[in-house]
Amino acid sequence: MEFLFDNERPIYIQISEVITLKIISNEFKPGERLPSVRDLALLAKVNPNTMQKALSYLEDIKLVTTERTNGKFVTTNLEIIKKEKEKWAHDKTLKYLQDMNILGYSKKEVIKYLEEEK
Amino acid sequence: MNLLEIKHVTKKFDDKLILNDINLKIKPGKIYGLLGKNGAGKSTLIKLINDLLTINEGSILVNGKEIGVDSKKIISYLPERTYLDKTLTVQETLEYFSLFYEDFDIEKAKKLVQDLNLNLNQKLNKMSKGMLEKLQLILVMSRNALLYILDEPLGGVDPATRDYILDTILNNFNEKASIIISTHLISDIERILDEVIFIDKGEIVLTMESDKLREKEKASIDEVFRRMFKC
Repeated sequence: MEFLFDNERPIYIQISEVITLKIISNEFKPGERLPSVRDLALLAKVNPNTMQKALSYLEDIKLVTTERTNGKFVTTNLEIIKKEKEKWAHDKTLKYLQDMNILGYSKKEVIKYLEEEK
Repeated sequence: MNLLEIKHVTKKFDDKLILNDINLKIKPGKIYGLLGKNGAGKSTLIKLINDLLTINEGSILVNGKEIGVDSKKIISYLPERTYLDKTLTVQETLEYFSLFYEDFDIEKAKKLVQDLNLNLNQKLNKMSKGMLEKLQLILVMSRNALLYILDEPLGGVDPATRDYILDTILNNFNEKASIIISTHLISDIERILDEVIFIDKGEIVLTMESDKLREKEKASIDEVFRRMFKC
């Protein structure tokens, strides 16, 4: 698992983004058991407390669930995963449009670019 | 309970005030960065916690008790300067440590020696500065202590070895213990810190959770530090 951090944003947010991406891209499958906090922390080369915070955040947004004794799992609720994926798609599109806007392209011209792109 | 509690501690050398009314609480299971410029008072504070200097005013409690013989048993301290006998080999140094500290795990130390590419049979006086720093860190992290205090653990090593050292610190950190790392090389170390303590001119000017500080200032800890202490 690749974890590259910029120090300008909270590390736990960046970790939660990496794991979220794995979930919405189906690398971590619905219902799949996640590695332990400690193993994930070692993998990401961060403090276990920071990893714990990232996972708590993912639990708050219901992408991850905890089973008391068994550990943490990717949600089996496909609707939640779909919603998160759509949110990412929306954010990425918005970002792209903003970038193109800075370059002076109208939405129409952007669409033309997209259609030409193979 | 706090693992370490510093209450209204003041330290003077002659008439010069080095530390002024320091108050600090260290909880178990966290990694703290004690961050300050050279001469800010980091090493003096660390020496006071290790009972190597005497306090002028205030008190320091480790695990609820005043510092003394008992606190030395549960604090594993990496000093700024090396204190090892250079005529010994790595193996002999490990044996010496296991005689000296009841909580020294020699098997763990041997494994770390291997992991960090040191040689058990090499004499210390044949080792580079970076290798000696690795060895010292191994010695300190191989104790089953409650509080690890590392004074400038990255000073003499190259950036690649710094990553090794940070990984070693993380891998050997357990939830009952805490680690205090003093450094001025903030950008190298900030990703592993739970909490930061800024010290300047002998006073603690800020203590905060690292991610909270990043969120609040929209900047890295290193950047926040530079802004705050711009010359």
